[in-house]
Amino acid sequence: MILLNSISIGLKDVWAHKLRSLLTMLGIILGVASLVAMAAIVKGMENGMKENMIAMGGANKVTVQDQDVPPEQEHLASEAPGCTIRDVLALRDSASMLELISPEMELDNAVVSRGENHMRPSECVGVWPAVLDMNLHTLEHGRFFTDLDEELASSVCVIGTAIRDELFGSPERTGREIIPIGETLLINEQPFTIVGMFTRYESEQEKKEREQARQARSEAKSEAGLARQRGWGRSGNWAFSRKNETIYIPLNTMWVRFRSATGTNGVPNPRLSNIDIRVVDVEQMEASLQQAKNVLMITHNGIEDFNFRSRESELETITRQIRNARLSGGIIAGIALLVGGIGIMNIMLASINERIREIGICKAIGASGPAVFAQILSEGIAISCIGALLGLGASFGLVKFLLLLSPSQNAPVITLTPMVLAVTFSAMVGIIAGIYPAIKAARLDPIQALRYE
Amino acid sequence: MALVEIRNVSKIYHLGGEEIRALDDVSVDIDGGEFISIIGPSGSGKSTLMQIAGCLDTPTRGTIKLDGAMIQDASPRQLAAIRNRKIGFVFQFFNLLPKLTVLQNVELPMVYGGASSSERRERAMQALKLVNLDNRTKHRPSQLSGGQQQRVAIARALVNDPKIIFADEPTGNLDSHTGELILQLFRQLSREGRTIILVTHDPEIAAITPRRIEIRDGKIADTVDATLAGLDRFPLQPTP
Repeated sequence: MILLNSISIGLKDVWAHKLRSLLTMLGIILGVASLVAMAAIVKGMENGMKENMIAMGGANKVTVQDQDVPPEQEHLASEAPGCTIRDVLALRDSASMLELISPEMELDNAVVSRGENHMRPSECVGVWPAVLDMNLHTLEHGRFFTDLDEELASSVCVIGTAIRDELFGSPERTGREIIPIGETLLINEQPFTIVGMFTRYESEQEKKEREQARQARSEAKSEAGLARQRGWGRSGNWAFSRKNETIYIPLNTMWVRFRSATGTNGVPNPRLSNIDIRVVDVEQMEASLQQAKNVLMITHNGIEDFNFRSRESELETITRQIRNARLSGGIIAGIALLVGGIGIMNIMLASINERIREIGICKAIGASGPAVFAQILSEGIAISCIGALLGLGASFGLVKFLLLLSPSQNAPVITLTPMVLAVTFSAMVGIIAGIYPAIKAARLDPIQALRYE
Repeated sequence: MALVEIRNVSKIYHLGGEEIRALDDVSVDIDGGEFISIIGPSGSGKSTLMQIAGCLDTPTRGTIKLDGAMIQDASPRQLAAIRNRKIGFVFQFFNLLPKLTVLQNVELPMVYGGASSSERRERAMQALKLVNLDNRTKHRPSQLSGGQQQRVAIARALVNDPKIIFADEPTGNLDSHTGELILQLFRQLSREGRTIILVTHDPEIAAITPRRIEIRDGKIADTVDATLAGLDRFPLQPTP
């Protein structure tokens, strides 16, 4: 009861000095707001990076690609076969620790066109159906290639939505979704029939924004014309937009239509651009790659003109970046909170000096040391806790403001953990900052305090 | 048995190696219901005596019995509890808390005593009625006149129904007319049976009390010094 009363006196005093309390709280408010906002930004970055990772096809995807022969084999350089379909067949038959093998033969500088419209796709690749699994594609309309397409080298293609947008018109522009299955387009002036189209790949954030935009449009029914881009750079996530600009044709078609007619000295170039492989078990990554390497060394006549590029190193980089961002942000916010705490301590010491006489009066009429201690300490805790709560509110505003400033693809996500952490930490700061002034006040001699002018 | 028994109390300060005897072997008995003044020039030790008797301070030597309990060795926390329950103070500079309202100021001793809020309100209103200020409860001390502030302070001293009220120069900061009203209030309280100890340097004020103790150089003077201005005009009345 006495304790409760002391606390209520402390709170009344905080309220009685509103401006001073607010200024005192400012450090805590900014500290908490920056901590929470920083955590939200890092979380947004993390989400974006993870989505990128998935869009590029998981951690267990490894790419086999050409490399220059090592120096000790330089005399064999002209013998180097490069990655060919032989490798693919050999890996399929002998590398038991791989679950998926997807050969890719890319057409450089491809231009797809239809009538007046033309564009450069991010990649125009001859593939096997394994590519769907490998690159995590989802076919939304039509079909993918069949064995017959491969066998007959049919002039068919499967496209990403961005290619549709460019050649036939995007839903945003035309107001309806065009599904160009059965239509014809030209790849480097050779006609291809579209047999399938992928779904539209986008991050969660983009999806949300697009849906909002569509809603706003349908509500307003305005003649807004083209949707304008805000901010800078390409809108959206590069990994997703790249994936949307993909055009696939059967591997054999690529060979027959494009590659067999080109090459040095009239000899067509049978090399694959690369071979994507996926291991059965990520834990066994090293052993699996060693097995694949053994197989490839045979097909390559012992010439090591290939290497493996795994996503593991990229994943590691991402985790490290996130950890660093979190750490540095945490340290900065921690320092801000600490400074806020010192501010509280400073103001409270000053306010105690100002109130020595009042404390003396309280003691003369029967306030015990512990009661005065509780009163002053509860003032400190109240200031820091109210500050922390205001800071939480401010962090929402701060995040909104940051969003307005740069509508990046990595939208900040406010999470609970940093909020709890920030409030706990600032309560602790308040206690620590309040203890010394409270002890000082509790130890005041009532006679001297009463005599103090 | 006396309400306060002060026996051979000394208070010694050490200032730069020099020994200062603020009180030197003082023995006084004060009975319940007495109206008494402690008089003496400044520096005589009268304030020290009040502080020790009022549990604000502990003596270097000697014993004090207050309401049957020995308090010379009490801890600061015990002294705080005794001050809260058994003693009321009225100071020269009123010593009200400026940020609190009149009612809150009067409630304050009960806050530290741990009374419930409804009880606090009720008793604070009673005490304010006693000093005729129950119509000023929502005011701040700065909105009141000096005399009103001192009456609030008296209400605060009364609110816990203490055994003794110490008044340290209660009229020292008031004009003579207001001071007279405050002294009348003390006289009225005395008639109601309260024990009041008035500390003052002014013989004219001391004259209103039936019993006077004069302190000089830390000791109780045997006789009231007739050379103090005008004191002979106020002959001692027999203690009741």
